[in-house]
Amino acid sequence: MQHTGEVLISQQRNALQPPQRTTTATVSSIPMIKVERLVKRYKREEVNAVDDISFTVAPGALFALLGPNGAGKTTTISILTTMLNPTSGNVVIAGYDVSKQARAVRETVGIIFQKPSLDLNLTAEENIRFHATLYGLYPFRPSYRTMPRAYREQIEKLSTLLGIREDLFRSVKKYSGGMKRKLEILRSLLHQPRVLFLDEPTAGLDPLTRRSLWDYLQLMRKESGTTVFLTTHYLEEAEQADSICIMNKGKIVSHGTPTQIKAELVKEHLLIDAEDRAALRAELTHLHLPFTETPQFRLPLDAGAIHAALKAIETPLTTVQTHTPTLEDAYLKIIGEK
Amino acid sequence: MLATVREANAIVTIAYRDMLKFTRDPSRLIATLVLPIFFVGLFGEGLQVALGSRLGYNYLTFVFLGVLAQTLFQSTALGIVSLIEDRENDFAQEIFISPISRYSLIFGKILGESLVAFAQAVVIVAFGAVIGVPVIWATLPGLILVALATCLLGGAFGLILLATMGSQRAANQILPFLIIPQLILAGVFNPLKGLPLYLDLFSIIAPLRYAVDLTRAVYYQGQPAVYKQVVLVSPGINLLIMTVMFVIFLVVGTTLFVRSEHNK
Repeated sequence: MQHTGEVLISQQRNALQPPQRTTTATVSSIPMIKVERLVKRYKREEVNAVDDISFTVAPGALFALLGPNGAGKTTTISILTTMLNPTSGNVVIAGYDVSKQARAVRETVGIIFQKPSLDLNLTAEENIRFHATLYGLYPFRPSYRTMPRAYREQIEKLSTLLGIREDLFRSVKKYSGGMKRKLEILRSLLHQPRVLFLDEPTAGLDPLTRRSLWDYLQLMRKESGTTVFLTTHYLEEAEQADSICIMNKGKIVSHGTPTQIKAELVKEHLLIDAEDRAALRAELTHLHLPFTETPQFRLPLDAGAIHAALKAIETPLTTVQTHTPTLEDAYLKIIGEK
Repeated sequence: MLATVREANAIVTIAYRDMLKFTRDPSRLIATLVLPIFFVGLFGEGLQVALGSRLGYNYLTFVFLGVLAQTLFQSTALGIVSLIEDRENDFAQEIFISPISRYSLIFGKILGESLVAFAQAVVIVAFGAVIGVPVIWATLPGLILVALATCLLGGAFGLILLATMGSQRAANQILPFLIIPQLILAGVFNPLKGLPLYLDLFSIIAPLRYAVDLTRAVYYQGQPAVYKQVVLVSPGINLLIMTVMFVIFLVVGTTLFVRSEHNK
């Protein structure tokens, strides 16, 4: 679903891109991630873990895959990152097919796993260095001092930004949960991936740490222009996304911007009541305003229509309430219904 | 970076990480060193008293060479099997999604576990020398090469186990059946000459047998009387069989492993 937010971000991204990646404007209209009729059924299973889903993610967008536990989020992310073969369907990341060009996809993406992927007995710098040499960014050297200057400068800069400059040479075992996550994000961005996948990055973190991790993530996004694909079951995190897919039992049950999802799924409504209910009922019918009696009168109207309706109604009212849904209302409604 | 340089870079990174992790893990350091010392000390010394005079050669030395090969083989094999658990935990996850060849990944891991096994071997040799196993300096360069071949074979053997076992639990249940009989079938503690036919057939398919025999062939090369009693086939044949097994295990193991990873 294309909307202004994504277009704006795409343009910003182009401005920040290094020259070799800045191509014509048509590039931004080609999705960074394209998933078509993706199906995954695990061996010896009766039902599809991912059941015929399709969606696209625009370059530079922050995309959230939201759903309860067991919805198929991790399975989807595993297929998108070449960790798992799909049963059927097509997945294209930055123009590369995940089934046929797995290696090119691996070079293009960065991943933060659900379970931390750090060697606890090693230092933060060692964890970063092994990633850098594994991806062929720098030649392998057995110590920090003997690594190329460019590497040391990059690490200095990033660790200062992250606030772990002092702890760089300490064992990761001593790091807090939030610091570990930040370290993983720093590491995953070293090879400048075009898409960063995060599988429930804030699960198990306290609210303060979650907030600071998000600030950091947004900062990194602004600096690098990376497309971010994240799974979460926290609604307030999804609400920050440009685009959301809600998944339940392997299927996509809703797709759009946070505002669209709210608008489409839980209508704003006006709640009114009068002492003379019969008169109000007759007037509403006469005005052709739709309503349900609960026994108060509930009118499914958006903000503009509410004003017009209130102006038109002449029966004296005893109650006037407007109700604006939260994303949580929408979410619970969706996953409860299906 | 050139493609081949890049793969080599990745292999060295993976191997170095294994070594570094080993040196940072004191409990593992101690645990992996105690068992072989226990084997050599208890079995070697204990049985030397009972059997030594009848065999006509030093039983302690015989067992020591067997345990040395067995430790190198088993340590590397178990190190590879541990990938079952690692791929869902620490940095190993990162290794699995990195843009390098699966052969480089496996080979780097085998190399790393071999280096760890080597570190253990150094301690075992030192312990052997202390309790009276004669050190024959001339055989040392040969023994180091044999030790390397033994590690590589053990690593490839571990890879076959890794590729065919779905979980760490399955691995823990099946491993004793593959490791304990192999101690006997490969002749770590017992001379293999004169085995009944059905055991001999099993013995022939035990990869460790060739590593143990090669180790003894190299050590006893200057002692024709013992060599004739102990060594089963010539070093060339042992090495050839080990090479063939290594290549088959590596190719089949990597193929099966990659397939089982992706088609769950």
